[in-house]
Amino acid sequence: MLPEIVALNTSPTLSVPWWKVVYDFSALTDWIDKSLHNSMSPFWTTITEMLIIGVLILLFYALVGLFLVYAERKVCAFMQNRLGPNRVGPFGIFQTIADLFKLLFKELIPIKNADGFLFNLAPFIVIIASFMAIAAIPFAKGLHAIDLNIGVLYVMAVSAMGVIGVLLAGWSSNNKYSLIGAMRSGAQIVSYELSVGLSLITIVILAGSMQLSVIVEAQRDGWFLFKGHISAFIAFIIFLISSTAETNRGPFDLAEAESELTAGYHTEYSGIKFAFFFLAEYINMFIVASIAATVFLGGWMPFHVGSWEGFNHIMDFIPPFVWYIGKTFFVIFLMMWFKWTFPRLRIDQLLTLEWKYLLPINLFNVLIMAFLVLMGWHF
Amino acid sequence: MRSIIEYFKEIIFGVWSLLKGMKVTGSYFFRPSTIVTQKYPSNRNDLVMFDRFKGEVIMPHDENNEHKCTGCGICELNCPNGTIEIISQTIVTEEGKKKKAIDKHIYRLSMCTFCGLCVKACPSNALAFGQKFEHAVFNRALLIKQLNKPGSKLKKGVE
Repeated sequence: MLPEIVALNTSPTLSVPWWKVVYDFSALTDWIDKSLHNSMSPFWTTITEMLIIGVLILLFYALVGLFLVYAERKVCAFMQNRLGPNRVGPFGIFQTIADLFKLLFKELIPIKNADGFLFNLAPFIVIIASFMAIAAIPFAKGLHAIDLNIGVLYVMAVSAMGVIGVLLAGWSSNNKYSLIGAMRSGAQIVSYELSVGLSLITIVILAGSMQLSVIVEAQRDGWFLFKGHISAFIAFIIFLISSTAETNRGPFDLAEAESELTAGYHTEYSGIKFAFFFLAEYINMFIVASIAATVFLGGWMPFHVGSWEGFNHIMDFIPPFVWYIGKTFFVIFLMMWFKWTFPRLRIDQLLTLEWKYLLPINLFNVLIMAFLVLMGWHF
Repeated sequence: MRSIIEYFKEIIFGVWSLLKGMKVTGSYFFRPSTIVTQKYPSNRNDLVMFDRFKGEVIMPHDENNEHKCTGCGICELNCPNGTIEIISQTIVTEEGKKKKAIDKHIYRLSMCTFCGLCVKACPSNALAFGQKFEHAVFNRALLIKQLNKPGSKLKKGVE
């Protein structure tokens, strides 16, 4: 963890030219680490590094949230033959910033007979759950806050924690609509978590590791979606469906079902507390999309084809961060496409889909993948 | 065995129908030319309304300032809101006959619901719908309009 102690009074320099940093961030992070070690004790170095990473992730979080809300509104508008936001700034790009200020200035209405402590705690649990998950995601080569050896399991476990916040919000609001929304969300996440896990296990079998950096590195000669062919493709489809359900997004948005439950579990929230729920929903979508991109589409790994050296070399010119963002937004676009095309499922249809269709197919799929790996029939 | 076939048939049909839906929305997404929203206040000068738009009731006049209204009063009878008021006069034709003709065709825009019964009922097609829709004024009296232009005459051949 701690690098070797560098002799005092020799300020370290970047080992590579600055423009090469975008291809491999580890030189930059090493340099920051060494510079900090030069000026303070190891304990304070760790604290400072954690603070820097925390602030960076917070910034990233806010920016991605704002952008995703804007993107969702634009995508939705185009799919419905509308223009979407187009008044605030060119093409309406400052619309969500204006919305943010509106939400910041709004009154936080206290609810009579609500459980005050839980009511105020719930949005923070939702936010913290998504915040913790984002730390384990590899954004680019060397840009990876914590590389746990059980990365896939960690991200799944932590992102599923958000449902506690949702349940608390529904319970403490003292409102029938909120409670029904929260219970629906609970039932939904309990069942769909299974499909998400099994579809990820399919790929874990192929990769032979749960560490996200190893999974990315294993896709150097081809993404898992292509390496595991049929089985990986089925797993990808199932992951898309069940992760859409896990983030409570349409067509699985029973938890907030506008037409039935006004706004579901966050009916009673106003101002910035509502904004937390709203933001967490979009960040969860981003996290799920980055997991899909990392596990199935190679994360920050450029598009490589087996032994085509020339082709692979050309693809390497595009920085890894661009690849990662491109793949993630491709998956996010797919999820938005689902939301604005399909009608909402009824609760019994939702559970039928999971327990009668996705789960049996998924179990067989894991079996097939294990067989493929055993026989060496993957690429 | 049959139920197993049904199961897989259902899955394939389900996926196929979902993809069909995604094709529709996807085709709209990738063709921005299908957007129907008008940027209204900024495109006021070149805004073209569609043919069947009901902006207001008008009486078309040709280049000789002639209209087709005979003053029969059928539109007044047909109007459910009492929007139209026909003030007729008796004129003497060239052959020396006395004849009923329109003096003022009063149209109260503030009472009109744009149902279109007057336009449909008119036996000589004297009325039509115009495309103008910016009707807001500061004085209610300005909404009472006279549809036949001053000095206009009945078109020859219309009885």
